[in-house]
Order: sequence, then C-alpha cells, then structure tokens
Amino acid sequence: MESNKNFVVGIFNDEDVLLHAVEGIRGKGVKIQEVFSPFPVHGLDEVLGYKRSRLPIAAFLFGMTGTSLALLMQIWMLGYDWPMIIGGKDHASLPPFIPVTFELTVLLAAFGMVITFFIVSDMKPYKWPRQFDLRSTDDKHVMAIDLADNKLSKDEIGQILKDNGASEVNEKNF
Amino acid sequence: MQATSSLREPLITGGKTVADVSHDISRHVEAKPAKSWWMAFGVSLVLLIYGFYCVCYLLWNGIGAWGLNKTVGWAWDITNFVWWVGIGHAGTLISAVLLLFRQKWRMSINRAAEAMTIFAVICAATFPLVHMGRLWLGFYWALPLPNAFGSLWANFNSPLLWDVFAISTYFSVSLVFWYIGLIPDFAVIRDRAVRQGNKVRALIYNGLSFGWDGAAKTWMRYESVALILAGLSTPLVLSVHTIVSMDFATSVVPGWHTTIFPPYFVAGAIFSGFAMVLTLLIITRKVFKLEDYITIYHLELMNIIIIVTGSVVGIAYITEFFIAWYGQVPAEQYAFYNRMQGPYWWAYWSMMTCNVISPQLFWFKKIRTSIVSTFILSIIVNIGMWFERFVIIVTSLHREYLPSGWTMFHPTMYDIGEYVFTFGLFFTLFFLFAKFFPVINMAEVKSIVKSSSEKKH
Repeated sequence: MESNKNFVVGIFNDEDVLLHAVEGIRGKGVKIQEVFSPFPVHGLDEVLGYKRSRLPIAAFLFGMTGTSLALLMQIWMLGYDWPMIIGGKDHASLPPFIPVTFELTVLLAAFGMVITFFIVSDMKPYKWPRQFDLRSTDDKHVMAIDLADNKLSKDEIGQILKDNGASEVNEKNF
Repeated sequence: MQATSSLREPLITGGKTVADVSHDISRHVEAKPAKSWWMAFGVSLVLLIYGFYCVCYLLWNGIGAWGLNKTVGWAWDITNFVWWVGIGHAGTLISAVLLLFRQKWRMSINRAAEAMTIFAVICAATFPLVHMGRLWLGFYWALPLPNAFGSLWANFNSPLLWDVFAISTYFSVSLVFWYIGLIPDFAVIRDRAVRQGNKVRALIYNGLSFGWDGAAKTWMRYESVALILAGLSTPLVLSVHTIVSMDFATSVVPGWHTTIFPPYFVAGAIFSGFAMVLTLLIITRKVFKLEDYITIYHLELMNIIIIVTGSVVGIAYITEFFIAWYGQVPAEQYAFYNRMQGPYWWAYWSMMTCNVISPQLFWFKKIRTSIVSTFILSIIVNIGMWFERFVIIVTSLHREYLPSGWTMFHPTMYDIGEYVFTFGLFFTLFFLFAKFFPVINMAEVKSIVKSSSEKKH
C-alpha cells in the first residue's frame, strides 16, 4: 500500500444521484479512483468505464478442464487400466460416464472461477482493506478521488462533488 | 425519483431505510443470544448427543443393529437420505433458479434457505456413510483411488457412484455459493464492530469477509461470479435428484423400474424443500422479529410454489399408477396393489393425504396467507414426503418377485436414533448459523429498498 496519498472523499446517499454524479464528475475530466457501495449499483461499472469481467471465460475454461479430466479418467480406468464387462456393455461406453463428467465439470468451473475471483480481486482473510469511510458497507456510497491523479485542487474537486449531489466531502490520507 | 410499482405488493414493509437493514439484521449477530435461543439450541444438542450414541453403537456392533433383513436391505437409512437431499433442493432453487428469473422476493429468504440446503445435505450424507458400516473405508469404496487390488477401480456404471459425485459436488458448490453471498454481509458486521470498538469481532469478521472493500470493480466481478454460480447450480440441482432417483429407477425392482422417477423426484424435492423453508422461516422471522423482511407476501409466494410442485407430485403418483395397470406387468401391478391394500397401506394413504390433498388447500387465499395454517401444512407436507420415500423403498422391497422372500420391516431404536441424530445435527447447525451469521442477505435487500419497500406514510 502506497503511503502519503491524499484523497478527496465524496459521500452519496442515493444510488441514482451517484450514477449521475459519476457521469458529471468524469465529464469534468476528474479521474475517480474508485466508488465503494453497500450493494451492487446497476450501471455503475458502465459509467465508471470498467470493461466487462472476464471471469465467465475463466469459468468456461475450468469447466472444460473438468469435462476432459473426468472423461479421460473414466475411459482410462474402466476401458484400459482394468477393463471389466458390466451389464454386458462395452468397456468404455459413454452414456454411463455422463453424470460424473457433468458433476466434475460443474465442480471445477465453480471452484476455479471463485478462486480466480479471490485472486484477481486480491481478497484474502488476513488482509484489511483500505477504508475511506466505514459507512460504505452500511448505507453510503463513497467516492474516492486521488489528488495525485488530478490536476485540479482539493477545493475545486470538492466543489464539483458538491455540485453533483455529494452530501459530504471529506479528506482522507493514507 | 421514486420508482415504486403500484401493481406489486412491497417486499419490505415498515418503511425501512438502507441503514435500518444493516441494523435490524446485524443486531442478532452482535447481541447475546436470547433465552429462547439457548433453549432451542440445548434441545437440538440433546438430540444430537443421543443420536451420536446410537451411531456409535451401530458402528461398534454393525448394521445388524438396524431392522434390515435379507429382503429389505434398504429402509430408513435410504428413506432419510432421500428425504434430506430433497429438502436441500429448495435452497438452491430459491438462490439460483429465482436469481436467473430475476425474482426479487428471493432476496429476503435465500440466505436461510441456502443454509438449510447445506445442513440438509450434511444430514443426508451421514446415512450412506453410516450404512457402509466401516465408514473409514468409505474413501476406497466410493472414490476412484488406487488401492490394494491393483487397482480395481470404482464402477462408473453405477448410479450409486454417480450419487457420490453428485452429492459431493452439490454440497461443495452450494457451500461456495452461500459463502460468496455472505462475504459482503460479514464486512457489514466488521465495520459495525470497528465503530463499536469491538476489535476481536472486527478481526474475526474481516477474516470471514476476505477483506471485502465493496469497490465498484469488486461488485462487478462479484455479480458476474454470482450469476455464473447460479447458472451452474441450476442444472446441478436437477442432476442431483435425477441421479438419486436413478438409484432406484435403473434397477428392476417392481415399483422402482420406471422412467418417470427423475422429474417426479425433482418436483417432490422442491415440494418438500419449500415446506421445510417455510417451517424454518416462520420460526426465524418470529424469533428475530424479521416480519418486515419476510412478509406474508413471501410466505404466500412460497405456498404457491408448493401448490405447483405438489400438483406435479400428485399427477406423478396417478401416472405411475396408471402405467402400472396399463403396462400389464403382473409384478408391477401387484407392487401398486400392495402399496394401497398391503400391510403398509397406512403409509401409502398418509402419503396421499399429506402430499396430494393437503397442498391443494393453498388454493384458498385465506389459508395460504395465514401463518398458522402455513406452518401446520408445511410440517404435514414434510411428513408426507417422508412417507413417499418410505412407500417407494420399503413397500417395493418387502414383496418382490419371490413370495418366499416376502417379509416385513420393523425399525429398531437405532434406525430411529440415526434419524434423531440428523435432526439434532440439522437444528444445532441451523441455530449456530442463526446466531453467528446474518440470516438475511443484507446487500441484496438493500439494493431493493428503494424500489420494493413500503414507504412511510
């Protein structure tokens, strides 16, 4: 975590005001570091200009790994390593292998995606997040603007925040 | 800028604000448990300890302690297994299927329902494990691990092995889904603890929340994860009870050998699961005073799902019966005659009354919006669904093709004791959950406060 960073922190009470504020503030050329919300605000990622998450692609790839591993395991074990005739069927007949293949696909896709999510979001049990305002998990939306990223002064940014509906403007130094 | 639908009933009553949601739900985690909690927890613990004794007795002395015999090799154990797995299905239906259908009313109930799923699957899993007798060898019997027979692998053609994979996948994916939902709520409790100056609690709940920060970018990824998990869980939940039904349907036992089993079992699972959700939520909303979040409207919607699934189950019973007659297979015809008129007639008619007739009472608006009748009917439905499994399993087995092998099944105290064990386990876990975890998904409920909350007048 970088030290000696100065932030202007805008507090918003309402998600719709926040959405318009993000547009207005970005329109003025102010760079927003991040917005912290107590619940997911629909459309916020778009107005902030975030690209769509690629986690679904990760899930698909993990799922395909599960499918392949499950099929290879079953075909090798019952078809080649120890072939046995069960119910008069072929050694490696595909239909009875489908349930286990499906389950392992789901298992690997779910776990792979969730672990990827934790890694890309840098979430771990022993990490304490940088908190701009404790109320951001309660009922306030908190917008953090890094002064180093912007040419405008603290007061100018504060005024833009107020003009766009922020209920409070604070400062926070880390 | 208020966008309130005049057509839909509010999902949150009492004019709650976003801050009220944090307060109303977190305070149960922060406060010392009430006397009623201790009493309920104590009773569950007593059941658990008694049941544990019965399990230990069984493991020490062998499966002979149960009332099984050569003809009826499966009875209470598999009945209870299927019953518990079925109960679990409602939780996934609420959290995954209703998420995909964008049903907002799931938000107040999904947390408790998912917890129920996880605990019910744990209870279900104890039965096949204990039935193995030497459960420490279970890993070698149930999983494809290299073994001393160099290596004679597990049989992937067997539905019982499919069950091992289905149940363990279902349990772990449900657990992950539930936990992902809990993460932002743990952060709420952490930040409240910081403000209250409770450092220990802040540290514990921060660990549980994986250092959640609520950034827009994290929320975006989080929602993507939740949607994909819902998409994965939906076919998963259908596969689980389908595979459970194949334990029976792939055999040639009269009464089991039917292709209708997979859809019929899935409908029955959701039916009994919703009944259990109702039983638990009616108690939870009362004890924790959450009537504004889990409203009569929520209960009514769940009762409507009970009518739908209950009717599917009823039609399945009649179809099965018709096909047994129409199929002209004497053994199959006798199996159904024996269910109705044989020595276990009382189980069959209890099942019919509880599962086919009682849910139809919910057509009356007065009955489906009354807490007392919903509570009573939810318990009746679960009794009925237990009898359904008992009827399918025991009455099919006790009189098969060979009349010389016909016999009766009588449970011993150890059959009953194992069932008691799972009740103790289920409620112990549920009460611990209700005390230490937020019982309602705060983040999701907060997101609908503006659109679906009743306004203060």
